[in-house]
Amino acid sequence: MKQRKIGLINYGMGNLHSVAKALEAVGAQVELVSEAEALQNYDRIVLPGVGAFRDCVAALKANAMDEALKASLASGTPFLGICLGMQVLMDVSYEFGRYPGLGLIPGAVKPFPEDHPQRGFKIPHMGWNDVVFSTEKEIHPVLAPLSGSQVYYVHSYCCMPENPAQLLAACSYGDYPFAAAIGRDNIIAVQFHPEKSQRAGLALLEAFHQWNP
Amino acid sequence: MLSKRIIPCLDVAHGRVVKGIQFVDIIDAGDPVEAAIKYDAQGADELTFLDIRASYESRDTLYHMVTEVAEHVFMPLTVGGGVKAVADIENLLHAGADKVSINTAAIFNPALVKEAAERFGSSTIVVAVDAKSVGDHWECFTHGGRKATGINAVEWAKRMSDYGAGEILLTSMDADGTKNGYDIPLTRAVSDAISANVVASGGVGTLEHMAEGLMAGGADAVLAASIFHFGTFTIEETKQYLAAQGIPVRRN
Repeated sequence: MKQRKIGLINYGMGNLHSVAKALEAVGAQVELVSEAEALQNYDRIVLPGVGAFRDCVAALKANAMDEALKASLASGTPFLGICLGMQVLMDVSYEFGRYPGLGLIPGAVKPFPEDHPQRGFKIPHMGWNDVVFSTEKEIHPVLAPLSGSQVYYVHSYCCMPENPAQLLAACSYGDYPFAAAIGRDNIIAVQFHPEKSQRAGLALLEAFHQWNP
Repeated sequence: MLSKRIIPCLDVAHGRVVKGIQFVDIIDAGDPVEAAIKYDAQGADELTFLDIRASYESRDTLYHMVTEVAEHVFMPLTVGGGVKAVADIENLLHAGADKVSINTAAIFNPALVKEAAERFGSSTIVVAVDAKSVGDHWECFTHGGRKATGINAVEWAKRMSDYGAGEILLTSMDADGTKNGYDIPLTRAVSDAISANVVASGGVGTLEHMAEGLMAGGADAVLAASIFHFGTFTIEETKQYLAAQGIPVRRN
């Protein structure tokens, strides 16, 4: 097992410490990255996320972290986005208005249907739910350890990738399917919180730590 | 399918887990970090810490405890007690809490809930509602259940949900510590009235009570303290029972 240096993007929001602790627990060396220029020094990049879409994108743009991230991704650095760190990869979000994202994965971020609470499905979607894989394609190596396990979700908005090939796993809440994981090439992103998903979540982080896309 | 959550609750005072009966008669129930590790190993879905003293002197103790627990367990942590301002929420999140529970301060300053939900996200903000039956309805109480407010608890929960709280931690003060079961009509009334998640709390004594809270009460999660602390049931036994009743629970 090789130890990699993981850069955890610090944009002033989000649960950085939980993610850092979990990555350290699976053997990674973790550093918080606040300066865009420093991002290129890491073997792996993780973008965690809790908070509002607009604020997150604005914070990433404020210090040119968005451009540094795009450059690192283009150079092939393996990347993991978590929750809001997944949503900001999309073209656009409809959270509190209409805001452009980083445009790394084509598609939109949309809320659960408005009548969900009336039908007994509370918002946010909060708690342990499934990760469902297509039977028609191979399971992504980073997601493989999750097979059969539930993971912890907390979100009111969902990613809707345009390209079905970029949908790596799904989940369903109140008969409404949404993306549990998306990705392409060296990018993988998950809607749930691996850092809060006990053994299953740590197994995913370990797989990401060792992943060679 | 979304699992119903089983949440052990650690009432802490001066760095120790304690257990009160109807909010008084406190007895010691152990070390919070040891308890957290035990519940993590048993497969608890979340942990809740409530600082029932919530005094200024105990703030630093609470922050240290949250940080230490967050280092040892990888599941969501909700922390409450004495949260008065956005800065308190920020401090607790920074210490390692995933959700912060607001109680008394929400009553005196409802805008705090709105501001906090906008800033930190609905998923981070829990409003604790301590309710007591008064005539034909339920009323909110504050200060650990000592002060009546005259506020209708169901209407209050609805308002807090509308303000952006992602979860209501609903404690029946009539049931708390009695082991006679959750207040089902209260739980059902709140659950039907709001779009946010409802955590039923107060009064659980048997596994049947848990099933009632989730089914008849319509709660999304059930919280319990003494039955877990004193080893009456483990989390795993609880989940086995609930699964046998057809209630979705996480088993991995």
